[in-house]
Order: sequence, then structure tokens, then C-alpha cells
Amino acid sequence: MTRFNALKTPLIVLALALLILVPADLTGFGIPWGGLKRYGIYILSLWLVTSIAAMGVNLIVGYAGQETLAQAAFLGIGAFTSALLLKAGYPFFVVFLLAGALAFLVGIVLGFPALRVQKHYLAFVTLAFTVFMWLVIRNEDWLTGGVSGMDVKRPVILGVSTKPGLTFYYLILAMTAVLTFALRWILNSPWGRAFTALRENPIRAESLGIDVRTYILLAFAIGSAYGGFAGALYAPLVEFIDPAPFALGPSLLFMLMVVVGGAGSFAGPFIGAAVAVLLPEWLRFAEGLYLIIFSVIVMLMMALCPTGIVGLIERIFTPARRPHADDKGPVLKEAK
Amino acid sequence: MSAQASKQGTGKTVLQVNDLAKSFGGVHAVRGVTFEVKEGEILGLIGPNGSGKSTLFNCILGQLPPTRGDVMVDGKSVTGLRPSDLNLLGIGRTFQLLQVFPQLTVRENLILAGQEHKGSRLKRLFGAGDAGLTGDAERMIDFFRLGHLKDEKAGGLSYGQQKLLDCAMAFMAGPRLVLLDEPAGGVNLTMLANLKERLQAINKETGATFVVIEHNMEFVMSLCTRILVLAEGQIIAEGSPDTVRKDPKVIEAYLGH
Amino acid sequence: MADFLQLLIAGIATGAIYALAAIGFTLLWQTSQTINFAQGEFVMLPAFFALAAMKWGGAPFWLACLVAVAMSLLILGVAFKGLIVDPLIKHGAMPLVISTIGLSIFLKDGVKDAYSAEAQPFPAIFPDRLIEILGVKVSLAQIGVLIIAFGVIFVLQWFLGGTRIGRQMQATAQNPTVARILGVPVERMILYTFLINAALAAMASLLISPIYLAKFSSGETLGMAAFVAAIVGGFNQVRGAIAGGIIVGVLDNMAAVYVSTAYRQAVPLVLLVLIILFRPQGLLGRKEERAV
Ligand SMILES: Nc1ncnc2c1ncn2[C@@H]1O[C@H](COP(=O)(O)OP(=O)(O)OP(=O)(O)O)[C@@H](O)[C@H]1O
Ligand SMILES: [Mg+2]
Repeated sequence: MTRFNALKTPLIVLALALLILVPADLTGFGIPWGGLKRYGIYILSLWLVTSIAAMGVNLIVGYAGQETLAQAAFLGIGAFTSALLLKAGYPFFVVFLLAGALAFLVGIVLGFPALRVQKHYLAFVTLAFTVFMWLVIRNEDWLTGGVSGMDVKRPVILGVSTKPGLTFYYLILAMTAVLTFALRWILNSPWGRAFTALRENPIRAESLGIDVRTYILLAFAIGSAYGGFAGALYAPLVEFIDPAPFALGPSLLFMLMVVVGGAGSFAGPFIGAAVAVLLPEWLRFAEGLYLIIFSVIVMLMMALCPTGIVGLIERIFTPARRPHADDKGPVLKEAK
Repeated sequence: MSAQASKQGTGKTVLQVNDLAKSFGGVHAVRGVTFEVKEGEILGLIGPNGSGKSTLFNCILGQLPPTRGDVMVDGKSVTGLRPSDLNLLGIGRTFQLLQVFPQLTVRENLILAGQEHKGSRLKRLFGAGDAGLTGDAERMIDFFRLGHLKDEKAGGLSYGQQKLLDCAMAFMAGPRLVLLDEPAGGVNLTMLANLKERLQAINKETGATFVVIEHNMEFVMSLCTRILVLAEGQIIAEGSPDTVRKDPKVIEAYLGH
Repeated sequence: MADFLQLLIAGIATGAIYALAAIGFTLLWQTSQTINFAQGEFVMLPAFFALAAMKWGGAPFWLACLVAVAMSLLILGVAFKGLIVDPLIKHGAMPLVISTIGLSIFLKDGVKDAYSAEAQPFPAIFPDRLIEILGVKVSLAQIGVLIIAFGVIFVLQWFLGGTRIGRQMQATAQNPTVARILGVPVERMILYTFLINAALAAMASLLISPIYLAKFSSGETLGMAAFVAAIVGGFNQVRGAIAGGIIVGVLDNMAAVYVSTAYRQAVPLVLLVLIILFRPQGLLGRKEERAV
């Protein structure tokens, strides 16, 4: 564990350097590396966008111990907000912030009634919300283009067009870095401690002055806002949106990828998103089987290593400890 | 822990419980309990298993909605407030079953126990990660003699150590009134003496008021200044440790089951 | 008026089927704290067991139905408990929730790849002949569904309340620890619960598929109907699940006529939100108080 922790900062720096350099054409600097092809850059961009949404799910599920089945719906809120506002000529950063803010507000409105009741009600309410949002996106043609979808333009920022894949990739990378830093800040603040407390023992937390409902609501709304932010980047990335990516299936997938990556660990959503984005690429030959294979991985993972891939890596990096003593992930230690 | 000069039992009423009752379906766990607790007092609450002691605590502290009756703190009704609101009014508690946050370190547990009392929520988000509580937490750790464990995860501590931590958490925010549900349960003898001494020290130093549920008679009798006896949801006796000890009704309640 | 009554009867018929799924869902929740997010797929699948038995096994319809029930007991009952729930339950609720979500995707896409992505017509157990009772036209199929569904519910209620095993199952649901002390074979009771859930799912599947066709993706709607029914009725009550199922079924059928088809699916969701806002313990549920 300590050996692993000591590696963390250099690992983050290294990862960021690679993310900046690998897609670029470095031959101009005398390095024999021509950069990634268009498709490679697209996949990398998609991975980062998916990671942002997954980070939000991780906050809700992994840190605060709640359940959300609506992240694709929030992605949709962000995507359509950004598609419509970009078309109306608003500057990108305003659009980006509004998309997150709208998702945040909807998160509050949605979470508030559910949290008066039983824990699992949030899962059902978010499930219902996803179906409802999907119906709206599909049926309100005048706003969303309905099943025939709508085209999205990539924005021009300070006179620079982000139309080229690499330029837009760097925009995504910058936003991902900002959002990653923001989440780290939140998690290291007293709020993060409170989130952990409500996952571990909400009753005790409440007796220590922690307003459990407000904090769950905050975690849910912030996590949903990350879905909105991701959507604001997703729409211009894919340049065309229709109802499909915002349905119930993708919402479930967000929840699953976070758990496969490692819920409650900071790297978990990035790894989970990588699996979710890359698996369909690797399994090109077995089209359609991808979801079956993914779901089997999920079920096996839950049975054998509920801490996800991050948990597996930590297990490998950690010299043999007492067996079983501590290998249950934080998510699993929820109080009844 | 700033020492407010205060003597035991200054006469001011901190907590007042009026005709409190709680039923679970057909089970009448608490049936009309009325009592007062004076500032600086250490009140013991004893009674056989299932007599409604924990339920009474849970109703006082907003954990369960009482069926009838009300609770006043400093003369103001607090019935219907949520547990977190009550804690922010300066009321701490421990639970009968041990309740710490196993994945957090001892120090983090204590910071958590104090952070909601520091500034506004928004300020906490943008302020220091420890809400400026590391110093207080370390002092509390030393006070409860957990110094060597401060960076251990709470889940890895022994039962008795966790029990001490649980207790320390209740005091972290400097509460005026603390309700302790069986603080000595499952704690070994040395630890027990330690605990009693610590509780008495806090009471002396800060003038904090305690209500203590306990089955360990020796512990209760030597710690408390006054004792209430609960049986089948009702108060059957009240008085100094000595009078209660000799009360035939109390002896019957304990043996008559 | 006659139209309305006709709709009402159709609604009660589908509602009774939803109730079957909702009862199973509730029973699982009670006895083993399992929230089965694959419940909709559990209702989707048995029809495909029957279809497969007819298509690949050449079985007659009645035999195919028996095969479907048997396979359900085996796969949705025994295997589900043994392979998914038992290994995970000790880790707490969350991994199990995740695993059943994974299972729902697995079953859905499994059926899509192994059988077909198209909606499959499913033979009805009863002829679809219309008869007129007091001026209201009802189909024999609806009457058949009503009789079977309510028959099953009635038998189940009798079993839970009137037999020794049923009462032991209820004791297990209320308090497994105490039940164990009192000598109830808790493990076996939990297994029975899973078997009952599987059987109920199979019944629901065989009854609903002639109405809505058998389709790999129908689990989404069916599952939603079951969740909503369970919550509307009161999460911890068999009676509640029955009432909830019927309400959802009736609303569903009314919505098909009185609400635009586009938003028909949203009607149960609105009901869900209203219940959560105004009567969170459900229509027949009682408030649960957590012991501290
Ligand atoms: N949440 C609950 N639901 C139903 N009954 C309850 C609940 N909590 C307590 N009871 C019942 O209320 C009665 C009083 O219980 P309580 O826990 O208050 O007793 P106690 O005096 O604290 O006992 P002990 O000394 O064993 O801790 C008991 O009969 C108990 O079974
Ligand atoms: Mg007690």
C-alpha cells in the first residue's frame, strides 16, 4: 500500500506527460514519433470524456456510498445544453459551465425527494429519471431533433477553431485536468471526509452533526454535474447526437464501469472508462458479444475482487498481508 | 478544551424530558418518562435489559420519533429536530454498539467528529483540509491515551481502543451535554479505570453534563452523582447511588425477570 | 362507460401479472435483502425457454411451458442464488446490486444473440375469443389470465399464511436471527424464496408474452413495472405488491388510450415520483424504524 502510494505523484505526472505528448506529431522536435492517427485521438478523447462522467459516478457510488443509474441522462442534459447553446453562438466556457450547473440543479431536484426515504430509492428514482429523459429526448423533436438527432459544431475558442481532432483533444484534456483537480480538492476537504462518513456509517455521522441528507444530495448533485460537464464535451466531440447514448443501458454501464475500475479509489473511473471504451474496440470481431463479455467480467469481478481493477493492482503491489483482513473495498463496508 | 469554571450541579436545567413515550407496534418500550438533568451533573441511567434505556436516548436525540411527550434543551423544545441539529446544539452521544468509521484513521475520525462545528459548510470546502482541527484531534488523542495509534485505521484497533475512540469522538466538538450508552460495555478493567478517570476529568474541566447508561454497577455507582432506574419503560426509582442501591423496587426489577 | 370497463378489466389482467413479478421482488428483498435489478429480465427469459423448447426441441406448447417453468426454477432460482447471491451477500448490498445489473445485461444480450433481436409472437394459453358479459366485451384470454394470476396469488397467500413452511418463511423474512434460534431452517427457507420468485417470474412470463410479445428488451419495461408496483404498494409487503401491480397495470392500460403513445411509458414513473413524495412508505406499507 505505502509502496503504491509513494509511486502515485510521479505516476500522475508521467500519465499527464504521456497524454500531452503521445497524440502529437513530435517529428518536428527530432523525435521519431508521428503521433496518433485520427481514430486513435478520437478514442483517447472519448476515454477522457467517459472518465469525467465516471468520476462523477465514483463520487456518488464509491465515496458517498449511494447508487445512481442516471449518469447517461445527465450526460444527455449536458450534451443537448451544449449542442443548443453552441448553435446559438454562446462561448464555449459559458456553455460548459451552464451544462454542469444545469445537471447540478436537476440532481438536487431529483435527489431531494428520493433521499427523504430509503437508500435504494435513489437508485429507483434515477432509473425512472433516465427512462423519462430518454423519452423526452426521443419525442421532443423541436428541441432535440428526436430520433433523427442533431448536428453539433465544434466551438471556436479565442479565435482558435477546435475542429481538428487534436485541438479538440487538448481542450478535453485541459477540462479533464481541471475537473480532476477539483474533485481531488473536494475529496481532500472536510466534505470528502463527510462523504466517506456517510458511506461508512450514516447514523453515527448524523450524531456528529453531519447533515447526512444535505451531504448525500451534494455528492449526488456534484457527481451529476460531472455527467453534465462530460456531456458538454461529448456533443462537440462526436459532432452528432441522437437519443441512443443517453438511454438506460449506457446509464447502467457507467455504474458498472466505475465498479470494475475500482469504486472509491481515485484512479478507478479512469481505468473503468478505459475498459468500457476499449473493450468494444478489441472485440470488433465479436460484435454484439461485447456487452455479454463485459457483464460477465462485472459479475466475476464482484465475486472475486469487489474492489475492482485498482484493488487487484494494489493487491499485487502489496506484500502479503493478513489475508481477508482488509481486502474488502470501502464500498463494501457500508453500514446497515 | 477550554475550562469553563463550573461546579457540579449549578442548578440550571440543561435537559428536560416530559412524559416521553415510544411504542414499536405493540411493544411499549418507553411509557411516559419525565426527568431533568442539571448542568454539570453526571446522571446514571440503569435498568434491566430491554427496559427502554437505549430507546429513550434515541428519542431524546432525534434518532427515533417519540410517540408522545417532548424534550427540552435549555428550556427550548427540541422534539422533532434531527440528530445532526441536536449535535450542533452541543449535544454529543455514543451508541450502545460501537460506532467508528473503520476506513478512516483515528485522527481522521476525530477531525470528522469536530468539523461540522467549524465555520460554514462553504468555508469548509474552500478552507483547510483538516478544518484546522489537527491540533485539537491530537490533544484529544493524547487525552484518551491513544497517541501511538493516531495514524492507524480505526477498523484495525482493538475493541477497547475503538470504544475509547468512540467516546473521544463524542467529546471532540466540546459538547455541553453528552449521552453515553454503555461506554464500559466490553472494556477491560484497566481500560475501565482509565475511562472513568477521563470522564470525570472532562466533567471537572469543562463542566459538561453527562447521562450515562451502564450495566456495570460498580462503574455507575462510583461515577455518577445521581441515578435513575428504568424498568419496563418507566422510572421506578431515582436518587443518589446509595439510596438506589438499597431500594427494594430496584432489586426486584433486576431479579424479578 | 363500457369502453372504460373493458380497459379496466384489461388493466387488472396485466396488473395481476405485474403483481406476480412484484411479489417475487418483494419476497427476495424481505428474506435476503437482495434487490434484484434483473427482475424484469427474469420475467422476459422464461418465454424464451418455452420458445426454444418448441423451436429446437420440437416440444408441444404445453410441454414447452413446463420446460420453461423447470428451467426457471433451476436457473433463476437455484443457480441465481448459488452463483450470484450467496457469494456476494456477505459483502453487503452494493456488490449484489452491481452484480444483478450485470446479470440483467447478460440475460438481455444473451437472449438477443442466442435467440433473436426481433419480437417473437407467443402462443396464448387461452383462445382470444371475445365474449360479452353485461354489455362489456372481454376476451377469454383476459379471463384466463385473471383466473391464473389471482389463483397463483391466492395459493401463495395461503401458503405463506396457512402452512408451516410458509410461516417459517415469514419468520425468516422478519428476523432471520430469531427464526434460526427458534429452529427454523433459515437457509432452506431462503432457497424456497428464490424458487418461489423464479416460479412467479415464469408464470408472469408465460402470461404476459402473448399480450406484449416476447422480446429480449422487454425486461426494461417489465422490471420498471415490478419496481414501481413494489414501491407503490409498500416495499415490504406482499399485499402491497399485489395492490401496486394492479394499480400500475390499470394505469398502463388507461395511459395507452388517454395519454399520447410517446409518453405512455412515463405514466408509471410519474406515479412512482408521486408516491415517493407523498407516501414514501407505500400505500399499504408501514414506516420502518431503524434500530440503533
Ligand atoms: N427499532 C425497534 N423496533 C422494535 N422494537 C424495538 C426497537 N428498538 C427497541 N425495541 C424494543 O424496545 C424495548 C426496549 O429496548 P431498548 O434497546 O431500549 O432496551 P435497553 O434498556 O437499552 O436494553 P439493553 O440494556 O439490553 O441495551 C425492547 O423490548 C426492544 O425489543
Ligand atoms: Mg440498550
